Amino acid sequence: MKVSFYLNDVLVSYDVKPHEYLAATLRRNGVKSIKVGCNESSCGSCTLLIENKPVMSCSVLTASVEGKHITTVEGIQEEAAKLSRCFSNEGADQCGFCNVGYALVCYALKKEYKNPTDEEIINYIVGNLCRCSGLYSQLKAIKAYLKEE
Amino acid sequence: MADKKKLRVVNNKTPSVDGKGLMQGRSFYTDDLAAPNSLVIKMLRSPHAFAHIKSIDVSEAQKLNGVALVLTYKDVPHVSFSRAGQGYPEPSPHDKFILDEYVRYVGDEVAMVAAIDEEVAEEALKLIKVEYEVLDPVLDFETAYENKSVIHPEDGIKEMFPIGFDPKKNVAASYEMEVGDVEKELRKSDVVVEETFYTQAQAHAMLETHSSNARLDEHNRLVIYSSTQTPFHMRRIMATTLGMPVSQIRFIKPRVGGGFGGKQAFHGEFFCALTTLRTGRPSRFVYTREEVFGASYTRHPMKISLKIGAMKDGRINAIDCRSLSDTGAYGEHALTVFMIVGSKVLPLYNKVDAVRFGGRVVYTNHVPAGAYRGYGAIQGNYALESTIDVLSEKLGMDPKRVREINSMKEKETSPIFEIMGEGTKGTAMIMESCKLPYCISRGAELIDWKNNYPRKVINDHKVRGYGMAIAMQGSGIPFIDMGSASIKLNDGGSYMVTVGATDIGQGSDTIISQIVAEELQTTVDKVLIYSSDTDLTPFDCGAYASSTTYVSGNAAWKAAQKMRARLIKEASQYLNVKEDEVEFDGTTFTAKDKSVTLNDLSIQWLYNKDLHQVSVTESYYGHVSPPPFMAAYAEVEVDLETGEYEVVNYVTVTDCGTTINPMLARGQVEGGVVQGLGMACFEAVKYDKKGNLLSNNFLNYHIPTHKEIYKLTTEFADSYEPTGPFGAKSVGEIGIDTPPAVICNAIYNATGVRVHSLPITPEKILKGLKELKK
Repeated sequence: MKVSFYLNDVLVSYDVKPHEYLAATLRRNGVKSIKVGCNESSCGSCTLLIENKPVMSCSVLTASVEGKHITTVEGIQEEAAKLSRCFSNEGADQCGFCNVGYALVCYALKKEYKNPTDEEIINYIVGNLCRCSGLYSQLKAIKAYLKEE
Repeated sequence: MADKKKLRVVNNKTPSVDGKGLMQGRSFYTDDLAAPNSLVIKMLRSPHAFAHIKSIDVSEAQKLNGVALVLTYKDVPHVSFSRAGQGYPEPSPHDKFILDEYVRYVGDEVAMVAAIDEEVAEEALKLIKVEYEVLDPVLDFETAYENKSVIHPEDGIKEMFPIGFDPKKNVAASYEMEVGDVEKELRKSDVVVEETFYTQAQAHAMLETHSSNARLDEHNRLVIYSSTQTPFHMRRIMATTLGMPVSQIRFIKPRVGGGFGGKQAFHGEFFCALTTLRTGRPSRFVYTREEVFGASYTRHPMKISLKIGAMKDGRINAIDCRSLSDTGAYGEHALTVFMIVGSKVLPLYNKVDAVRFGGRVVYTNHVPAGAYRGYGAIQGNYALESTIDVLSEKLGMDPKRVREINSMKEKETSPIFEIMGEGTKGTAMIMESCKLPYCISRGAELIDWKNNYPRKVINDHKVRGYGMAIAMQGSGIPFIDMGSASIKLNDGGSYMVTVGATDIGQGSDTIISQIVAEELQTTVDKVLIYSSDTDLTPFDCGAYASSTTYVSGNAAWKAAQKMRARLIKEASQYLNVKEDEVEFDGTTFTAKDKSVTLNDLSIQWLYNKDLHQVSVTESYYGHVSPPPFMAAYAEVEVDLETGEYEVVNYVTVTDCGTTINPMLARGQVEGGVVQGLGMACFEAVKYDKKGNLLSNNFLNYHIPTHKEIYKLTTEFADSYEPTGPFGAKSVGEIGIDTPPAVICNAIYNATGVRVHSLPITPEKILKGLKELKK
């Protein structure tokens, strides 16, 4: 079947099987920034935004996003650069595999909340696992990023 | 000795060279680079913990449209090897075949399928008919020794040199050592304590699953991209096992999404190689998360018994350590992990008159165990540092004081260094840098030990306990691990650095760039780095054994020094002056009234005059393995009604010599601490009674998240290791060592309950509290 949607504001159209998931469709079509860490929506590496809401794309049927707006990290390059500076400042970046998911979830958080509390931040990002950093420095980095204009 | 104060790049805050690109989604991980239209590889895995394959019929699978290749043990070379990914000859037994007629754990490889896509491959797996003779598995490692079920009855397996390998008794390796007369010293002691601890299997849970892919290049050479920590060892082991010349294989390590030891060994690489060699088509094999949990390897579970004897004044006379380690179905890193339980733990208390260490590593029918950050040290540290607290209580002394009296100091040594290496004899060494006393006192200040130890009552059911431990590690394996670096000068005055050192996320590309930039008095943006590729970069043993900063960093430093000397020599010829008259500030060569810029020379040498490429290569191997040291403290709040607890603050003070990159060093320590807290508090690989893995996804195997980590207080001691690059030692593993003991001690100080097995769960604490009430 053919499914069309807006990928970073550009209308795209892909041939997919009805049971194919979005992460697989995008990676198959060259959007390799999407990372698949578990393929069962429990690690957050494949996070992208559908209508500005973060979702784990390994468990979203491609057929279900017909006509929707999808944002990948290619659509928020400047924001990703800002978050990267904050990660570097706190020593929070390591292998990078979870980073793209963090860039998207933190960007969505920033758009959705004005001055989130620590609890609100943690509840928002807790589905994005990181095995390298000590998490504490990462949280400090994310808080610094949320304060940036 | 370089003056740390004059450093401009090293020891300064420098962003990771790849941080921005990775956050922006530049795609250079292994599977991002698989060739288009690669055959997809899937594995049929054993449903039994131990079985013999009586018959296997793949004819239906082979007939399925879209299937390119099916392999069973009948179709692959019958050459034993070790997946371990170590140097040559390996200290691990060669007890594995690419595919075998025996399967030794639930998840072991039975047959491989390569097909045009995942769906066809999965369908083909269902068509393979296997008849198993199910054998009695060994699922309790304390019953493995001389069990009637022999896990490796087959011929053709071997040890490469004596490691105590005795497969007929289910022994993968064994080891014994003694310094002095332990029995005599224990008899002489005023106080003797005896404790036994159990540590569990832990999963690496790196976010990128095991991934490899293969293709043939235009010379028909086999090119393998692999998410590996050891590309050069992989090339050697693959060539030997497949009977191919090393020259026909190229291993490329792209970005690696976390390793922690889990990517030191082979995973899918042989199957990609065989598929591509036999079909001529590119192939890829990406492990599912379930396969990472259930068909790669874990940390070695252990039982460790300790006897410590001390005099009334607190001086420790003797330590006696007996261990039993469970290596699962295969003996990868069996001996070396086991020896580190002793060699990187017991020297902490170097003033003893006698010390003994020994025991066995046994096979069971569990998922194999292998290399994992901490590598024996975390197991040994939990046992020893918990027992030191038991001893301190019996002596009526503050455990901090007992550690101050007995622990390693600068310019001291331990006889253990010379006796115990990694599978072989060790190397004697003096501690040229050891700020452990500072780490202990500074950590105590940060947690306010004086006022808080042992506990603070919060209310009628909440208590805060305070615990501590000390740790040491190493920096590479002396005389065995080698790293090398090449540097060439580009037009425009930038430098291309190629290293075999394997950046797996720890940041070695960044710190090596800093080391080169510092020596050549330039900036990190003028240093281009590429790692690692067996065709293009010089050799490196790989990222393991806390070796990269020290071994590969020293190689890069030596290469940069050589480049500097070469540039000055060549500039002196250009300026027609003596070498010692030339000053070089990183951009300009000056001699009296003459000068020329590096930029001008770099262009002239390539295009105008005296045409040549300036390049250098240097190698380094350690003659010692200077240990980093750490003191760690925790504040833990325990609910006495439920046994639940929170780690409110975890304080570490680390002596890793100069921190080449202070932020990345912090990341290494804190990342290690949090993985250690996972092991201490809740991570556990679990099986059912038939040997099926229960903890095979992130829901059943919980790793620390932002919900569990509160505050980490991380500091570094001012220290300089004279043999390290700009004074640096390793920092990759030491962070993981202390949490099990620190949490165990803090829980005891809060509740009076000492938990002798990991993880320290609320259930175990509650059970202990109930027993105390009786």
